[in-house]
Amino acid sequence: MNEKAILELKDLDVSFRTNAGVIHAIRGVNLDLQKGETVAIVGESGSGKSVTMKAVTGLLDENATVNRGQIHYRLAENGKEEIVDLLKLPKKELRRRINGRHIAMVFQDPMTSLDPTMPVGKQIMESMLLYGGRSREEAKARALELMNLVGISDAEHRMKYYPHQFSGGMRQRVVIAIALSGDPDILICDEPTTALDVTIQAKILELIKDIQKRMGLSVIYITHDLGVVAKVADYVNVMYAGKIVEVGNVNEIFYDPRHPYTWGLLTAMPDMDTDDDRLYSIPGSPPNLLHEPKGDAFAPRNAFALAIDEKAEPPLFKISDTHYAATWLLHPDAPKIEMPPELQARLERERKEAAKYLA
Amino acid sequence: MDEVKLTTTSYVPEPGDFSFLSQQDMNVDRNFASMGYWKGVLIHFFRNKRAVTGLVIVLVITLLAIFGPLVSSYGYKEIVSAVNDAGKKVTAGSIPPQIPGLFGGRNVKPQFADRTFLFGTDTVGRDLWTRTWYGARVSLIIAFVTIIIDMIIGMSYGLISGYFGGMTDNIMQRIVEIANSVPRLVIVSVLAIFMPKGMGLVIVALLLTEWIGMSKIARAEMLKNKEKEYVLASRTLGARSFSIIFGQILPNTIGPIITQVMFSIPTAIFTEAFLSFVGVGIVLPQCSIGSLIEDGFNNITTLPYQILPPIIVLALLMLGFNFVGDGLREALAPKLEDM
Amino acid sequence: MAKYIVKRVGLALITLLIIVFLLFVMVRIMPGNPFPSERMSAEQIANKRIEMGLDKPVLVQFRDYMVKLLQGDFGKGTSLYYGAPIKTVLSTCVQNSFRIGGLAILIGTAVGLLLGITAALNRGRFLDGFCTVFSIVGVCVPSYVFLIFLQYYFSYKIPYFPYFFDANRFLFSSILPALSLSLFTMSTVARFTRNEMVEVMDSDYVRLAESKGIYGPRLIRRHVLRNALIPIVTVLAPLIVDLLTGALVVEKIYGINGIGKLMVDAISGEGVDYNYVLALGILYSALYIGIMLAVDLLYGILDPRIRVAAKGDA
Repeated sequence: MNEKAILELKDLDVSFRTNAGVIHAIRGVNLDLQKGETVAIVGESGSGKSVTMKAVTGLLDENATVNRGQIHYRLAENGKEEIVDLLKLPKKELRRRINGRHIAMVFQDPMTSLDPTMPVGKQIMESMLLYGGRSREEAKARALELMNLVGISDAEHRMKYYPHQFSGGMRQRVVIAIALSGDPDILICDEPTTALDVTIQAKILELIKDIQKRMGLSVIYITHDLGVVAKVADYVNVMYAGKIVEVGNVNEIFYDPRHPYTWGLLTAMPDMDTDDDRLYSIPGSPPNLLHEPKGDAFAPRNAFALAIDEKAEPPLFKISDTHYAATWLLHPDAPKIEMPPELQARLERERKEAAKYLA
Repeated sequence: MDEVKLTTTSYVPEPGDFSFLSQQDMNVDRNFASMGYWKGVLIHFFRNKRAVTGLVIVLVITLLAIFGPLVSSYGYKEIVSAVNDAGKKVTAGSIPPQIPGLFGGRNVKPQFADRTFLFGTDTVGRDLWTRTWYGARVSLIIAFVTIIIDMIIGMSYGLISGYFGGMTDNIMQRIVEIANSVPRLVIVSVLAIFMPKGMGLVIVALLLTEWIGMSKIARAEMLKNKEKEYVLASRTLGARSFSIIFGQILPNTIGPIITQVMFSIPTAIFTEAFLSFVGVGIVLPQCSIGSLIEDGFNNITTLPYQILPPIIVLALLMLGFNFVGDGLREALAPKLEDM
Repeated sequence: MAKYIVKRVGLALITLLIIVFLLFVMVRIMPGNPFPSERMSAEQIANKRIEMGLDKPVLVQFRDYMVKLLQGDFGKGTSLYYGAPIKTVLSTCVQNSFRIGGLAILIGTAVGLLLGITAALNRGRFLDGFCTVFSIVGVCVPSYVFLIFLQYYFSYKIPYFPYFFDANRFLFSSILPALSLSLFTMSTVARFTRNEMVEVMDSDYVRLAESKGIYGPRLIRRHVLRNALIPIVTVLAPLIVDLLTGALVVEKIYGINGIGKLMVDAISGEGVDYNYVLALGILYSALYIGIMLAVDLLYGILDPRIRVAAKGDA
């Protein structure tokens, strides 16, 4: 394991048993997270991004099977450091040692992720009392502190509130407070702003960023919203059909994308300055993973598909030390393809825009 | 730009591999496009073993209820009789199930030894095979007729109440609340004052009670649908309320309502059976599942075989319709793990 | 909260009053006479009608009836138990029905909850399948069928339990009917508990609780059971009413002198006994409305969403 890495997924492969057959949802995913960094996983729904993170937190549904792979986590406990494979830990131990205290999660929909029958204060304090070795008073004090930290005013009074007495944005703040209650090192945010109003979205993102800085957290964002990614991420993993098809730092992905799927995603982002009055969308829909895709899973939707895409799955090609992409277009023998002109024009525009702000 | 392979692949590219594919059909979405909503529901339904079992049970019993009495050589109220050696007429009362040469036939009057009574006969000498299927027919007809009428009443009531909202809804819901607070038994007992006992009483009792459930579901569906874009669109286009309710929204709410129908039919059969058992339902020599069970119960200590066929048919019908209802509900709102 | 309760109780009382009025009017506008009149002369009938107050306007009759009713006087039967006050007959029947029904509710709820919880915790395994099959059978086979079989085998073939109900050996002779009655409740509760728990166990908030390190019995107790059991109160209510008001057929089969059997006697005899129908109708409706009200209030206490809303209301 890399020295600075705190979390490392190696060749993770997960499938689900369903009535209709076996769905091969994750097909060999590699991912690193360095301490203090923010990594985003981007993809359409069904690409397997949430499942990957559920595997990390031990929240996979009962019908899931991990076929192979490791999830190494650098566990710092009682002043000692050791590397554990989260997939090998028994569930009980995972809950007791890892969940909450080291890896915490913020869920997509704050309307459903709080227990409706328990006051929020109690929900924040619950794991502190169980594991933190704090007395009730201390836990309460800490909960108040956390509620203030996430921007809930009048915390003393509102601790006794039930979730339904809060608005969506406030609930998401509570969820974040709960996630922080165990002083984790890694915060996994599964589409934390999708269910919220646009005006609240930015505030919540700001909040997470702020907390990350203050507490030295490593953050993983799962999202389909490239706008969010651009705002928060250091590194970006683009996921498609259970695989990571392109990975790079945020500049590489946004200004020098190489995979046609990434091109599609970027082109599909609404843009205020474009002259084009048509909103682009990637044709077709993600493959049904009930049937193992043959060759490159993206080929049927790819305007630049090659004959080889139907025969073999492309390996990850290295572009720079941090930038990799899995497409045969990067093979030395492949025809040289430039990204679509619309996208090129747009990136050019954005680059200028950015330069203007920097100047 | 030097591009290096990171992960290895066992595939060695051949010449021609790096040519473009023609992508004419790229905009055709093969994953989802071809499947219509109802087709999806049907596929789900038929993939569900329990639902299919339920459907088969219901169909088999329905077919038997239609053709069972027809293939029998006896009428449902016919008292089977024969003439004995002394020239006197004897009836075939209380014969246990028998097929000559296969089973039964002991202690049976010699005149009937060579006859087939698959389910035996009752105390007066009527063939129970015929009566069981005839009774099932009566029960099924009562159930279907009342539930269909209830569906129409309840659905219209619920849809109208939900669509107009406000005061209309308020008044209509108070009425439902009151109607819902009168236990079914009380309705039956009051009806028993007004009406003669028999099939009519059972039907009216069911008509008065079962529409409430339907109307609740229809109203809930209406509330869910009426703010949707398609309703808004047709309202903007000036469609009249009637056509919006019944032309636009009804087709979109029919799924849950059909499911409710599947659950109401066994309730109706159950209620009929129980009213007939108690003695306010079907009157002799007519019969239904309920009256047959009552007959069987009256003779249970001496002729225990009599009660089995109607009880089994009743249980199977309940089971079948419940399975179909469950299957439909799941097919209409599939959860991810069932996909 | 107090305002909420007052409002609920008030609504329930108004509903009950409307129902009693409707029942009364329906029974009174009946064609014919509410007493055996075949052998009476026209004059006798007229006298009898005056004696029973039937010559007065319906509203006046209703007022008189209500005044008596509030004193606990249901009048007398017109053909059934001729001459005995309905109140006396009713109190015996209510006692029998409530005791047996209560026993059935106890057995049904306890075993049903246990079964449902066990099934949900063993989702997809043998116990789950067993619970499903059990609850399907329990819902599909009428309780009286169970009783018929139990009676046939355990009172007739093996004469261990009494064949008929015997008020002097109350507990012993209630076992068979209570057991058969409890099966429907048991199955319904088991099925509902199981589904409700499974749903809660798949919910986001249980995921969140797990993701903060809660697991095992604590997770089930604090987060799953609490949320899963609240809605069970709602399915229990109609079941309780059904059981308390005596399952007609079971009472008929087992010779139990309960309200169910009384109702059957009142409507299935030669002539229908109007006053009993009215009295029982009022009793049934009152019980139904009362229990629904109790559930409503209980729900309000158990579920913070309603409780807090109600507090805001006041």
